[in-house]
Amino acid sequence: MTDEARVDWEAVIGIETHVELQTASKMFCGCPVSFGAPPNTTVCPVCLGLPGALPVPNEAAIEGILRIGAAFGCELVSYSEFHRKNYFYPDLPKNYQISQYDLPLCVNGSVEIETDESSSTIGITRVHMEEDTGKSLHVGEGGRIADADHSLLDFNRSGVPLVEIVSEPDIRSAAEARAYGSEIQRIVRSLGVSDARLEEGSMRFDANISVRRRGDEEFGTRTEVKNVNSLRSLQGAIAFEIERQVRVLEGGGSVVQETRHWNEATGVTASMRSKEESEDYRYFQEPDLVPLEVDDAWRERIVASLPELPSARRSRYRALGLDMINAGLLVDDAALGSLFDDAVAAGADPAATANRLTGEVVAYTRREGVGVSETALTADHLVELGTMVTEGDLSATAAKDVLAGVLAGEGMPRAVAEQRDLLQISDLGVIEAAVESVLAEHAEAVERMQGGDMKPVGFLVGQVMRATGGKADPKAVSELIRSRASSET
Amino acid sequence: MTDPADLTLGEAAAELRSGSLSARELLDAVTARAANTEAQLHAFLTLDRDGARTAAEAADTAIAAGEDLGPLMGIPIAVKDNMCTRGIETTAGSKILSGYEPPYDATVVSRLRDAGAVIVGKTNLDEFAMGSSTENSAYGPTHNPWDTDRVPGGSSGGSAASVAVGSSIAALGSDTGGSIRQPASLCGIVGAKPTYGLVSRYGLIAFASSLDQIGPFARNVGDTATLLEVVAGFDIRDATSFRGARPDIAGGLTAGVAGVRVGMVKELMGDAIAPPVRAAVQRTIDLLDDAGAEIVEISMPSFDYALSAYYLIAPAECSANLARFDGVRYGLRVDGETTETMMGRSRAAGFGPEVSRRILLGTYALSAGYYDAFYGQAQRVRTLVRRDFAAAYEQADVLVSPTAPSTAFPIGAKTADPLEMYYQDICTIPLNLAGDPGMSVPVALDDDGLPIGFQVMAPALGEKVMFQVGAEVERLVAFDSRPALATSEVTLP
Ligand SMILES: [Zn+2]
Repeated sequence: MTDEARVDWEAVIGIETHVELQTASKMFCGCPVSFGAPPNTTVCPVCLGLPGALPVPNEAAIEGILRIGAAFGCELVSYSEFHRKNYFYPDLPKNYQISQYDLPLCVNGSVEIETDESSSTIGITRVHMEEDTGKSLHVGEGGRIADADHSLLDFNRSGVPLVEIVSEPDIRSAAEARAYGSEIQRIVRSLGVSDARLEEGSMRFDANISVRRRGDEEFGTRTEVKNVNSLRSLQGAIAFEIERQVRVLEGGGSVVQETRHWNEATGVTASMRSKEESEDYRYFQEPDLVPLEVDDAWRERIVASLPELPSARRSRYRALGLDMINAGLLVDDAALGSLFDDAVAAGADPAATANRLTGEVVAYTRREGVGVSETALTADHLVELGTMVTEGDLSATAAKDVLAGVLAGEGMPRAVAEQRDLLQISDLGVIEAAVESVLAEHAEAVERMQGGDMKPVGFLVGQVMRATGGKADPKAVSELIRSRASSET
Repeated sequence: MTDPADLTLGEAAAELRSGSLSARELLDAVTARAANTEAQLHAFLTLDRDGARTAAEAADTAIAAGEDLGPLMGIPIAVKDNMCTRGIETTAGSKILSGYEPPYDATVVSRLRDAGAVIVGKTNLDEFAMGSSTENSAYGPTHNPWDTDRVPGGSSGGSAASVAVGSSIAALGSDTGGSIRQPASLCGIVGAKPTYGLVSRYGLIAFASSLDQIGPFARNVGDTATLLEVVAGFDIRDATSFRGARPDIAGGLTAGVAGVRVGMVKELMGDAIAPPVRAAVQRTIDLLDDAGAEIVEISMPSFDYALSAYYLIAPAECSANLARFDGVRYGLRVDGETTETMMGRSRAAGFGPEVSRRILLGTYALSAGYYDAFYGQAQRVRTLVRRDFAAAYEQADVLVSPTAPSTAFPIGAKTADPLEMYYQDICTIPLNLAGDPGMSVPVALDDDGLPIGFQVMAPALGEKVMFQVGAEVERLVAFDSRPALATSEVTLP
């Protein structure tokens, strides 16, 4: 998009986020929720939609959605109903989906997001409960239902509890959309209700996008991009749609209200179906279920049990003096963050500890392909390591070696430093003797320094460090050498 | 000696315990009755001879060992073919489920098995329980045992005909708009629709989920209550199942009606009711009056709209409930070039005309732009009906009316005009909309020798007073006629 277009036009974006809850059992039957089981093995008459089978709501899933709603500051309504959403599709076994319509469980919340350029509040219209569908695998030709030779169906996912989070059309750019998606993901993860993995489909987005002349009150005609399964795609698809719609409008055309599909490989969206062909879902109250009632005690218990949310944690870390990046990394990785919290609570320096965790520790865990909780590292280690550095027992370089040893399970930092012979020499006499002996060996360099040329200092420091096996404090050595050079003029 | 097939449930249970009759002998008697009558009646779609024999032998073994599983132990029971039976074909009377064998038992079927009952087979019904004559079965109609040229009523016509003729001792049916009470009336037996939620619907192939309720048929009021006691009660698999303790069902059977306030529903005693039926019902009310009941006339103005509301709500729910029959996973499949074509062809070939009509009607009633005028309006009428009932039960303990507007009509007489068929349900439908219990008790024969049923309605969970009044009606009218087909010479194999 040209800069002029950016100035003239404003994007209006609303996002529907689907999150699969990781409850022990499915939404309306006792089948386990599991990924990667052989096809059609975690199924029963209920989730296969067999004649006569009836749904029974899973209370743990209701608890999960209420936690999500509470995290967005939503009103958790006291009376809610399930509806049937009717449409025919082979992987929808009853040919209707149990969902919610005009009486969802959670309404009127919001979420704070930050991008490099802005920070804003995005309204959450509603959060409702539904059941997931099965999966179709279309075999042959283009791999889509229309041109496949035949299709295979797997109903393991059928009936998995699915939460839909609907935002207000408050998002104004592709970057904001991405920030929104990633904040939703962080919040859901922090609640422990879902791993929200986009690549596995346990979280996915539908985006509604329109553009209007800046200053206009009315919304433009919107398009919907469905089933976006990565944050990068969310940003890419929205950026493409904004540009496409602006071009259409500036070319004198009009945007067609339709559903579009984002093609990851080509980086473009293409029309799937227009509104005229769109379905009438014929919602009506699900007669197999009774209305859900959330009483005050339940509501209060949910709110009281919420963990510290990502935005609050991020602010707390910033207040401790951490930069945006470190704060973000500690918020995103719950185990890393809690290790940080424990170490700081035990007296470790926040900035130095955050640097170690997001630097060496993260590098180590990535290299080894493990989570930080699977390493030997504890908060006590971080506290002791920090103390050794501030007290001059370890050089910055040696501290990294010691941390590597601790991560590898070699024990407490002091023991590792001793074992690896990395403790700094604190006896000034020993350092002076080493300096004396190096200066004696390099009389020419000493002479140059006495003539005012201080270039050899670095070389001499290096020689002393070598002589002491790297255990002298290089700053102290440098000062000693400089003072000797001046004292002999 | 009485043919064991003609024993009531209570009599048979007593004989089984005394040792004068074995479960196997009882089963042989009803099997023989079926062999002698099925060609004329077609009450059954499937007879499970092996399963029934095994169950009867197990009951005999249990009895010999001194075990007592309760009043149904060893009793041959028929089950309407819209209730799932594990490994036994369950079609709901539809071609679309031809050959379908469910992998599980409906909760009521499990409860029958646990009680030692002998399930003799699956009975005929209007396809997916949609109809009032059992003529809509894809497998051919059931005939009325009192006159085989006439319908047995419906949709549970097979269960009613079977109990009437003695090819089972008792049976289960389902009632969405009268499908237990009306065939009970037309076949001269007792049938009850319990309070919505009292009997689990798990495993009942849904027609209209908010109206469907499973209930019992037997040859007298007490036996009907006995069967209900066994199948009723909370089921964790049905979210609409009643959670409280099971209400008393049979506790008032001998209490009489002295001081009981009996409300006669004015709207159900008008011109729409055949004169002989009206007369028989009035005679019964007079008998109740003489027996000490307090008779009050009650007006239920919303009843005029109940039929219309029902024929929007039930089709709307059925349009979603029957969507799963698409040829994808089970049942009939007619291939097509695309998945959509295959689904469409399978449904077109699998559903009969009445089912298709109701799916279309229901889909239309729920469509955007029409929802409020049709489905929404129907739900408002439903609320009015509930209000009328609530007000009526301020003045009366039970309400009474004819069960059906006429006695059994000739096969084919009403098939040309769906609306005329729908009018069969005018007396029974309001109660389904309210979710309340109701029953039909035979009180007389008309001039053609066809039975007339008397409906007793009670407030939700009021089964005790309903059976109490039903039992007193039974005692007062002393109706003891049996259909000719049951009393004709039968030969044991
Ligand atoms: Zn399941």
